[in-house]
Amino acid sequence: MEVVYHLYSFKNKIMLTLKVFVPLNDLAVESLAGLWRSADWLERETYDFFGIKFLNHPDLRRILNPEEWDYYPLRKNFTHPEFFPKPESTGLKG
Amino acid sequence: MEQLTSWKTEDLSKEEIIINMGPQHPSTHGVLYLEFKLNGEMVVDCRPHLGYLHRSCEKIAENRMYTAFIPFTDRLDYLASMNNNLGYCLAVEKLINLPVNPKAQYVRTIIAELNRVGSHLVGIGCFAQDLGAYATPMFYCFNDREQVVAMFDELCGGRLTYNYMRIGGVSNDLPPGSDKIIKDYIKYQRKKLNDYNELLTYNAIFLSRSKKIGILTKEMAINYSVTGPILRSSGVKWDLRKDEPYMIYDKFEFDVPVGQNGDSWDRFKVRLEEIWQSLRIIEQAIGGLPEGNPVAKINRVYKAPAGAEAYLRTENPKGELGFYLVSDGGEKPYRNKIRSPSFCNLAVLPELVRGLNISDAVCVLGSMDFVMGEIDR
Repeated sequence: MEVVYHLYSFKNKIMLTLKVFVPLNDLAVESLAGLWRSADWLERETYDFFGIKFLNHPDLRRILNPEEWDYYPLRKNFTHPEFFPKPESTGLKG
Repeated sequence: MEQLTSWKTEDLSKEEIIINMGPQHPSTHGVLYLEFKLNGEMVVDCRPHLGYLHRSCEKIAENRMYTAFIPFTDRLDYLASMNNNLGYCLAVEKLINLPVNPKAQYVRTIIAELNRVGSHLVGIGCFAQDLGAYATPMFYCFNDREQVVAMFDELCGGRLTYNYMRIGGVSNDLPPGSDKIIKDYIKYQRKKLNDYNELLTYNAIFLSRSKKIGILTKEMAINYSVTGPILRSSGVKWDLRKDEPYMIYDKFEFDVPVGQNGDSWDRFKVRLEEIWQSLRIIEQAIGGLPEGNPVAKINRVYKAPAGAEAYLRTENPKGELGFYLVSDGGEKPYRNKIRSPSFCNLAVLPELVRGLNISDAVCVLGSMDFVMGEIDR
């Protein structure tokens, strides 16, 4: 998987696009939240949707999706889960 | 009586309490849930919880053709739908290298700036409402915004979600006689803005409620990637329309208002000043409107070569809106990342409210002027 950072310098007015490739069996990148505080929520969002772990992140929780989920919805192999399973038949006939 | 005299202040419980503000609360501008840790009335810590309005816009975008996502951008920042439309269309145009004719660019500028005025009016009105100026400023601002909304209604038939911009142009030309209507509106709005100065800006109660509350320093604003009026109120002279002009913004003369202290009052004042500047841009754009037809011939399907990607930022009323589009060669985008301004602006909130009274935290919330639709997406 590919992690893309868009960095911008106010001083030099330069935009930098940084791409980091991470193997699927070990989805982890070092966190930038210690360097720029804005990376905090953006990394949480990426973790939430792709399951990429950011090492040494101060507070790596899900941000938009429910905490108890174990799906990563923006991955291409994500399929719609059965949110409300059909109630089991009670055996009544009618 | 015996019991009363034996009662001592030391017996009062002094531990910090946690209170919940929202998800349903009039001051949180939507469904934002804030968890406050309080010591008496002082905020010790604040923890925002998001996601109540999450509609998975980015996933939807991956399953739709480029043209079919425009209505969804309306629902991001629903107070500035035109600006969102514009940002998305510009990003797609950058991805597929589509030129836009000059008339369409002028029409887009006029419409986007009008919507900026509307959005800032809501921001100002709601801020005053949050500070306890019950209803009056809100009604004034909404009455003025109504004029903008009525114009958009005439233009495209929508009052909140417009779906007006198209890839390569706009959906229809300005109706006949609209330059006079817009000029009349500018004259009306300028008079009204002077009224706001008398009603709010230098009002003693308003000043004492909002001055030196929630100070955001320049360094902190840049570190948190805060953009838009909030960044400018901290003293950073930064406006994408000026510093990295997209479309035709380099043709117009306007100033970038900057605040001094970065407090809540500055944020309010910068928004008010920006309305003046937007009106200046609209006036110049109306004057220089070229001949031609802004309506582009629209394909149903646009395709970008595999591996093409585009990141485009526009200056929205709330800040910097970025669309990152990646193509895999198909008719649908492979990835559409939306960098919404309010999302990054809200991240700084816990820093601002720490050490304030809970009533002042409401003031800071109001001055941030965020829209939950674009935070949760």
